[in-house]
Amino acid sequence: MTKLRTTPAPGNPDDLYEALVDARRDLDEAQAAALDAKLVLLLANHIGDVDVVREAIALARKR
Amino acid sequence: MGFAYPRFEFRAPPELGARAPARHPVVVIGAGPVGLSLAIDLATRGRNVVVLDDDDTVSVGSRGLCYAKRTLEIWDRLGCAAPMVEKGVTWQVGKVFFGERQVYAFDLLPEGGHRFPAFINLQQYHLENFLVERARATAGVDLRFRNKVAGIAPRGDGVGLTVETPQGGYSIDAEWVVACDGARSPTRRALGLDFKGRVFEDRFLIADVRMTADFPTERWFWFEPPFHNGGSTLLHKQPDDIWRIDFQLGWGADPEAEKQPERVIPRIQRMLGPDAKFELDWVSVYTFQCRRLERFRHGRVLFAGDSAHQVSPFGARGANSGVQDADNLGWKLAAVLAGQAPETLLDSYDSERVEAADENILNSTRATDFITPKNEASRRLRDAVLELAADQPFARRLVNSGRLSLPTAYARSPLSSPDEGSFAGGVPAGAPARDAPLMREGKPAWLLDLLKDGFSALYFAGADTPPDAVTAIAALANDPTPIRAAVVSRVAQAGLPVPTAIDESGLAFERYDAAPGTVVLFRPDQHVAARSRHLDPAALRRARDRALGKTP
Repeated sequence: MTKLRTTPAPGNPDDLYEALVDARRDLDEAQAAALDAKLVLLLANHIGDVDVVREAIALARKR
Repeated sequence: MGFAYPRFEFRAPPELGARAPARHPVVVIGAGPVGLSLAIDLATRGRNVVVLDDDDTVSVGSRGLCYAKRTLEIWDRLGCAAPMVEKGVTWQVGKVFFGERQVYAFDLLPEGGHRFPAFINLQQYHLENFLVERARATAGVDLRFRNKVAGIAPRGDGVGLTVETPQGGYSIDAEWVVACDGARSPTRRALGLDFKGRVFEDRFLIADVRMTADFPTERWFWFEPPFHNGGSTLLHKQPDDIWRIDFQLGWGADPEAEKQPERVIPRIQRMLGPDAKFELDWVSVYTFQCRRLERFRHGRVLFAGDSAHQVSPFGARGANSGVQDADNLGWKLAAVLAGQAPETLLDSYDSERVEAADENILNSTRATDFITPKNEASRRLRDAVLELAADQPFARRLVNSGRLSLPTAYARSPLSSPDEGSFAGGVPAGAPARDAPLMREGKPAWLLDLLKDGFSALYFAGADTPPDAVTAIAALANDPTPIRAAVVSRVAQAGLPVPTAIDESGLAFERYDAAPGTVVLFRPDQHVAARSRHLDPAALRRARDRALGKTP
């Protein structure tokens, strides 16, 4: 049974995307990669359910 | 002044020059910590054992170092923990640094009420010396140095061995052979058995350094410290003013060049500062594997310790798990030899200790993947954890410089019986006993002391213990495989026919989730076999028989 929510979350999607883009506007490749790593850790801990995280990893790895 | 290595003298065994090979119940190959522990255990249980070792001294140089609480409890049952704890350096706190900043600290035994500390550090040569002394003082242990196994021929009902000595060769016949002959196990090779697992592409430099220093007695681990460019470093205190330092060198390092004092000394000087005075006691460069044999029992040949499984050193899971193998195997082999259990009981040695090995390999592999990230992307994630750990409690828990050895609770053991009644926590079947402080005859005592002689049962009594209940459990001591019962009570009890201990602190009741009437049955290795909310001697006998591998 899937637990990962992939339907649109409430709230303005453009605000969400803008926040993610703005976070890396002044960063080079390495700095952005370090930022992403920290973001993944913070958000994964917030989710707190390794099954949900595994589902997200599986979707993200799809080519 | 360095350690004076003993030279154990060669004594001609009685088989030399004999025409027919002598038959022995058990031959242990290898007089390291695992083989010696097993031999002492078997002899204590009344089974004669021959130990063959090709060398004539203890472990040379710097090897095993950290011995865990559960291992000390096993050695206490074998009667040799006290001098080890007295000589060793006791510790329980670990600190982790990233660059110059501390990012994490852990306490491995935050609660009181245990006889033994979380860990001691002790050089392997000291440890083996204590074990050899104990083995020599134990009737039934026949310890043979400079006796090298040259051939092994397993059969259905035993094993034929040929042995070489300085005075010639001889043959010996064993009902059972236990190979405790280390990571490069000649026995494993002679039987053509393969390991499965991973080799890690990294090299570490071990330096044992003699100096007086005032670092606290804690385990200190640095990721990317300023004094060692790019690699991790581990510092441990040992007895005799010796300090263990591990430097991560990377896979590209040249092991021979890195061992030279002109390379090692400046490396250590950068760590300790320009004014530090020290001498090198021992230097080596190592790499490691996380792997195990597919099965630990091959007919009449059993494998224990490094011959059966290997892990990385981060987590102190090598020697500790090997001694726990011996703890698991000793009583089972003794019961089979005494005709109290079917041979198939030894298959549970395989299943329980394979479960433990897999747990150790998993923990050790995870620590190694954290310490040595396999590519740039993993290193970025690892560094993100270390950076966040300075401020974020959740990230501290992800920092992995080695998860330190804990005994395995055999969750899937075929020897365990299901709970009778409901328990919330406590010590479930399969898990090792938890110690607690008690009072016996007005003197401080420990719970584990009640569990030192074969199968044991603890009856947790209320104020008004029914005397017939105690009489019923006292009778279990007369069975062919006895169960020795004791009463644990919050208040004094007079005139009971079994040992009685008072739980003044309430910790024993708490740690076993006990209420008046609760009974816990322990195997001879002090792991729980069964527990119940009410006393039923017939159920205790059934649980004991199940733990002996008898099918109902």
